[in-house]
Amino acid sequence: MSIFSFLARKQSAPVARDRLQVLLAHERALDGRSDIVAQLQQEILAVIAKHFPIDQDKVVVKLDRSQRVSTLEIDIEMPPETSARA
Amino acid sequence: MSKVMVVTSGKGGVGKSTTSASLGAALAQAGQNVVLVDFDVGLRNLDLIMGAERRVVFDLVNVVQGDAKLAQALIRDKRVETLHLLPASQTRDKDALTEEGVERVINELRERFDWIICDSPAGIEKGATLAMRFADLAVVVTNPEVSSVRDSDRIIGMLDSKTLRAERGETMEKHLLLTRYDPARAARGEMMKVEDVLEILAIPLLGVVGESPDVLTASNLGCPVTLHNPSSPAAKAYADAARRLMGETVAVQVPAEKRSFMDRLFGRKAAAA
Repeated sequence: MSIFSFLARKQSAPVARDRLQVLLAHERALDGRSDIVAQLQQEILAVIAKHFPIDQDKVVVKLDRSQRVSTLEIDIEMPPETSARA
Repeated sequence: MSKVMVVTSGKGGVGKSTTSASLGAALAQAGQNVVLVDFDVGLRNLDLIMGAERRVVFDLVNVVQGDAKLAQALIRDKRVETLHLLPASQTRDKDALTEEGVERVINELRERFDWIICDSPAGIEKGATLAMRFADLAVVVTNPEVSSVRDSDRIIGMLDSKTLRAERGETMEKHLLLTRYDPARAARGEMMKVEDVLEILAIPLLGVVGESPDVLTASNLGCPVTLHNPSSPAAKAYADAARRLMGETVAVQVPAEKRSFMDRLFGRKAAAA
């Protein structure tokens, strides 16, 4: 270890700040989403179920919030043609 | 008009009770009628910090459950006559407090006091949610340290969703009080700066209390630092915060590093926001 290593030592406070900013952006998104997303999933499922028999697990709702962009991703896997109601 | 103010943090040991006692005493010294309500059922400590531990006869749980009248449980401070304490009980029963009971007691306190300061227990369990439930404003006590900032963020989220005001769609006034701040360490990059914490939590700053030996001395003696040692920097920070709560415009003094002789000689100003 060089005797000058103390000069190169990284300050810890900026690390703390950056870690918190990343973590809290994630946790805040999770916090708001739990209720809304579950509700969305239920409602979307109900609408689709009017027209197609569909599996509960085939509707996936994802909400992502970051500082610049927020996305709502809805992934619906349709049943095969034969099982659709005529 | 009375104000119900919760002093909360999520994390334990950051200075909630010290802050409740110091702000309460400062408000009372300014002539306001103040009651401090300890919500930490099972682990009461505000009585000790206020030096009233030997005067507790009835407590919050007794009043909530109707076993004692409010007037019987209130302890009037011996130093400032407009300052009162409603102690918590030492019962281990977690469900001793009910929402209806707490609401009734708070409403009764609103008739008698200008400020009802609810000292929240740590955590996010029932005691903490009841302490904030009926609040009009909140003081979020935070240390410049990662776990405290994260917990404060969580508590801010709860203030915006679990309080009566939030449920009614009204805004919840929230203030950040940064405690145990060490300007020398912040200057060396070893501790997050005031601006860092403010940027992360994004609520208005009520004050910055520097790390100070006077705070421990005051609690050793059972006397809020604003009463025991008004000239100490910590007491001044609390007194200024109390004035801001009363609506005065007082610039926030961030504790500064002690200036060296050379700095004084050249009249260099220490950084202050």
